[in-house]
Amino acid sequence: MRIAVCVKQIPDPAAPYELDPETHFVVRPEDQVLDDTDRYGVEVALQLAEAAGDDASVTLVSMSPSGSLQGIRQALAMGADKAVIVDDASLRGADALTTSRVIAAAIGREGYDVVVAGTESTDGYTGVVPQQIAEVLGAPSLTFARKVEAVDGKIRIERQTQAGYDVVEAAPPVLLTVTSGAVEPRYPTFKGIMQAKQKPIDTLTCTDLGVTADNQQVITSVDPVPARQAGEIVEDEGEGHLRIVAMLEEAKVI
Amino acid sequence: MPFTDEHHDFRRLVRSFVVQEIDPHVEEWEAKGMMPLHDVFSQMAELGMIGLEYDPEYGGQGADHLFTVILAEEFGRAAGGSIGMALGVQADMATPSLHEFGSEELKQRYLAPALRGEMVCSIAVTEPDAGSDVAAIRTRADSDGDELVINGSKMYITNALQADWMCVLARTSDEGGHHGMSQIVVPADAPGFEVSRKLDKLGMRASDTGLLTFSDVRVPAANIIGTPGDGFRQQMAQFVVERMWAAYGAVGSCEMALDKTKGYLKERVAFGKPLLHNQYLQYRLAELAVEVDLLKHYNYATAEAYSRGEDTTRFAAIAKIKAGRLLREVADWCLQFHGGIGYMEETWTARFLRDNRLMSIGGGSDETMLQVLARADGYWM
Repeated sequence: MRIAVCVKQIPDPAAPYELDPETHFVVRPEDQVLDDTDRYGVEVALQLAEAAGDDASVTLVSMSPSGSLQGIRQALAMGADKAVIVDDASLRGADALTTSRVIAAAIGREGYDVVVAGTESTDGYTGVVPQQIAEVLGAPSLTFARKVEAVDGKIRIERQTQAGYDVVEAAPPVLLTVTSGAVEPRYPTFKGIMQAKQKPIDTLTCTDLGVTADNQQVITSVDPVPARQAGEIVEDEGEGHLRIVAMLEEAKVI
Repeated sequence: MPFTDEHHDFRRLVRSFVVQEIDPHVEEWEAKGMMPLHDVFSQMAELGMIGLEYDPEYGGQGADHLFTVILAEEFGRAAGGSIGMALGVQADMATPSLHEFGSEELKQRYLAPALRGEMVCSIAVTEPDAGSDVAAIRTRADSDGDELVINGSKMYITNALQADWMCVLARTSDEGGHHGMSQIVVPADAPGFEVSRKLDKLGMRASDTGLLTFSDVRVPAANIIGTPGDGFRQQMAQFVVERMWAAYGAVGSCEMALDKTKGYLKERVAFGKPLLHNQYLQYRLAELAVEVDLLKHYNYATAEAYSRGEDTTRFAAIAKIKAGRLLREVADWCLQFHGGIGYMEETWTARFLRDNRLMSIGGGSDETMLQVLARADGYWM
């Protein structure tokens, strides 16, 4: 079983993000971390590979400036076998569809039976890239998996819904997205860390993949988040709860 | 220091492990006066964090010394000092002699399970009447055929209640002073051994510390580590590693304390502005940061010398005394700058002060370090 995992290196969320004043793109430091949501995808991929046996392989696929490869190394140290990174200056600020086409091309070049991705990236938050990759690849997508298993040659998931979950399945080739909490991602081990640097990392350009950046997205302006308004103090003289209920209804949370 | 990507990645691993697997349990462990060391060490062993520099033949990782520096620094950042101390005992205080001098059988039977986290171990040197003055120990291990018969007591022993075995320093002959001592592996299930009392301490409250009593405890003579009679010298070498571990951890503790205090002083408003607007606080913290940075780089010099195979006795003594005094200073100032809330048990500063007071006492007191230095540098008659 050939498993591709979509992963992304992002600036450390613990440090404040900086935007380039000219392009409005996020300034990407040399050291980027593995997007936390991707750890779940890597874990699911590793578990599927372990269940499938010795012939299974896990390949990380990523599109971003390579930088120090810190985030990629983290996923390799968890146990992935190799990585493919598309690093091309023309992809700077790529929109979701461009990203999907590029990643799909990279996955297609490697060959795959299963593609695993998180539900969305923590820096971009479009939440549509995995489904678009599936569409470009012509594979069915099983999304929002809270549990994944390989059964009778198919991938079966419990798909998280607002009411509970649906059980859905599809035969490979298939793409699935996993929610945070679907599995408990393993820590890298000391041995994994030492081995990570020996694992192959292929760096590709758009030319290598035969794709061109066709970016349809333009950032016209960026505005700071409005300052938080002061809260309303409700004096409770026996009726306070009614005002709180009304406020929650206005906020459409109840 | 020549830190590589692997070192940095390992630091990230240990830091996330401490935040996710250690810190959430510290309050509970402190309240219980006990940590589940078999569980924690087993989990750590699976990740390769125990016995970093030891031979892979026994479950070690064959890593270079910088990984130990990183492990100590990062456990120094934990929410309580007890776990770093327990880990230090397991990996760098009770086992170095066994790894270096122990027989194959002893290593397979006691070192390998310790590095897998299946066995917890202690280092038992201090006695009620012999602390820093190690040559004054009185616990005896007398030969009786193929066995040793041990009688005596050991005091302030870390991991005492959970230990599966101890590295005990005892007299194996009637030679006095530094001579005639041996390091002996004593399993905790040996008849005649008991933990007489669990000791109640000022700090490091999650760590189980005990008074041990040996009454005609019989162990095979083959449990002697290395050369019989060479125990004092072997233990002195083991102390050097222990002091280095302590000094490395102190840097992590101090950096964490200064970071937390900085964060608090940025938020805490007094007289209309955050406290960190006060130049006095800025400069005092900066002065402490100077000291911490100097210790960190002194530690790195120590680590480099150790990696080159040099005798680091003097390095370790200097680093240890500086670490003890600096920790006391940092703990005191951080508590002071928190004001009233800093004196509350619910605030980290209280435990930090209590836990780290030990640094100037355990593993050789400040005064013992000065004695070592006075001798090394010739301030001695």
